Amino acid sequence: MIWDNNFAVSVIPLLLEGLWVTVKITLLGTMLAAALGLFFAILRRLAIPVLSPVVSFFVVFVRGTPLLVQAYCAFFVLPAYGISFDAFTTGVVVIGVNYSAYMAEVYRSGIQGVPKGQWEAATALSLPGTRTWGRIILPQAIRTVVPMLGNYLIQMFKDSAVLSAITVVELMATAQAIGSSSFRYLEPLTLAALLFLAISYPASRLVNRLERRYAPQH
Amino acid sequence: MRPSTEPQPLATPVGLAPDPIIRFQNVSKNWGSNQVLKSLNFEVAPGEKVSIIGPSGSGKTTILRILMTLETPSEGLVKVDGDVLWDVTAGQKVRETRQMRETRRKIGMVFQQFNLFPHMTAMENVIEAPIHVLGMNKAEARERAAELLNLVGLGKHMNHTPPQMSGGQQQRVAIARALAMRPKVLLFDEPTSALDPELIGEVLNVIRNLAHTTDMTMLMVTHEMRFAEEISDRVVMFDNGAAVESGPPAQIFKDPQQERTRTFLRAVLQH
Repeated sequence: MIWDNNFAVSVIPLLLEGLWVTVKITLLGTMLAAALGLFFAILRRLAIPVLSPVVSFFVVFVRGTPLLVQAYCAFFVLPAYGISFDAFTTGVVVIGVNYSAYMAEVYRSGIQGVPKGQWEAATALSLPGTRTWGRIILPQAIRTVVPMLGNYLIQMFKDSAVLSAITVVELMATAQAIGSSSFRYLEPLTLAALLFLAISYPASRLVNRLERRYAPQH
Repeated sequence: MRPSTEPQPLATPVGLAPDPIIRFQNVSKNWGSNQVLKSLNFEVAPGEKVSIIGPSGSGKTTILRILMTLETPSEGLVKVDGDVLWDVTAGQKVRETRQMRETRRKIGMVFQQFNLFPHMTAMENVIEAPIHVLGMNKAEARERAAELLNLVGLGKHMNHTPPQMSGGQQQRVAIARALAMRPKVLLFDEPTSALDPELIGEVLNVIRNLAHTTDMTMLMVTHEMRFAEEISDRVVMFDNGAAVESGPPAQIFKDPQQERTRTFLRAVLQH
C-alpha cells in the first residue's frame, strides 16, 4: 500500500473532529478522576469505620480489572438494570472512575509525604480539621504530586482510545471508521498516531517542567 | 549524702499561688514494654518558668507532647488551669473530646523543627490560627501579627516564606505564631537543638525577653544549661521517666542533691 497524499489530506478534518472528542473526554475524565481520587484518598486517611475499608476495596477492584472490561460492563450490562447514558457520558465516567483509583494512590503518597510536624503544628494551634486539610496539608501534598497527576492525564489521553470499543466516536474510532469505509487504513491510522503524539509529546515536556517547579519544599 | 535514684517529692515553690496551672497526677506513658513516664507527679505554678533537663530518652519531651495532646498518656490525670486535659485509666481507649480541645487552646508550643507552614509567609503563618480559631477579623489579626513579628525582630521578613529564612528566623516566627494565640502556657521543645550554633543566640534572646516580660507560664525542655540557669524559676532533672530532682537553678546547678543530677551535669558541662 502506497501513501496517498490527497486521501490523507481529505480525512484530516474528520480526524480533527475525533481528536476534539478525545481531548474533551480527557479533560472531563481528568477533572472527575482528580476530584474523586482526592475524595477517596481523604476518606481512606480518615479511617472511618466501614466507609474507609469499602473505599479501599473499591480502589483495589478498579485497579485490578481492565479498563476495557469496565467500559463494556458500564455500556452493555448496566442498561439492563436501568442505568443507561449515551456513549460519550458513559466513556467519561468509566475512564474518570478508573483513573480516580490511581489518582487516589497518588494523593495518598502526597499526603503521606507531608511531614508529621505539619499535623502537629496544626494541632498545637487548635486548627479545625477542615482548615488543617484545606490550608495546611493538601496544598503541600498536591504540590508534590502535580507532575504525577499530569502523567496520568497524558496516559488517560492515550487510553481513551479504548472507549472506541463502546462506540464513542473519538480519534481512534474515527480513524477505524474511515479505514473500513474506504479500505485504506494506512493514512487514517498513521495520522491518528501522529495526532496523539502531537499532543502527548508537548504535554509530557510540560510535565517535566512542572516536575522541576513543584519539587518538594522541605 | 547517699546517692539515690529514687524520685523525690517535689517541693512546691515558695511565694507562688497554691493552685498549679499544670498538674500531672500519676501519669504513665508506655511504648510497648518501655515505660517513658513512670507514674509522674509534677506541678507548675501560674507564671512559673520551668526548665526540664536530663538525658535523652528520659521522658522530658513526652511531658510537653502530652500537654499539647500530641501524645496520649497510658494512665493518669493531667489538669491545665483547673480543667481536665487527660483522665485516663489503664487500658482505656481514649478519644479526643470537646473539653480536651478547649483546654488545649490555653497551651502553645514551639517545636524543635519549627514546623512552620512552608507554603505560607511569616505573616500568614502567624494570622492563620487567630483568624480561624479565635475568630479574629483579618485586619486586627494582621496588626497584632505585625507587632509580634516586630517583637521577635522580624518586622522586615513578614512576607518571606520559611524556605527564604534562616533556622533562627524560622524559629522566631514560630514563637510569634504561638504567641498570637495568647496562650497561658507556652511549651518549648528543645527550641535551639536544630539550629546552627551561630543562630542559637538570637532565639534565646527572644525567649529570655519573654521570660522576663510576661506572666505566661513557660515550660522548656532544653540542653542549654547556662540559659536554663539564667531564666528559670525552677529546674527539674529528669531521668528514666521520673523527676529525680527539682529546685531553684542555683541549687540544681551549684549544689545538686542527687548523684544522678551530679553525673549528668558533669557530663554536659564538661566541654
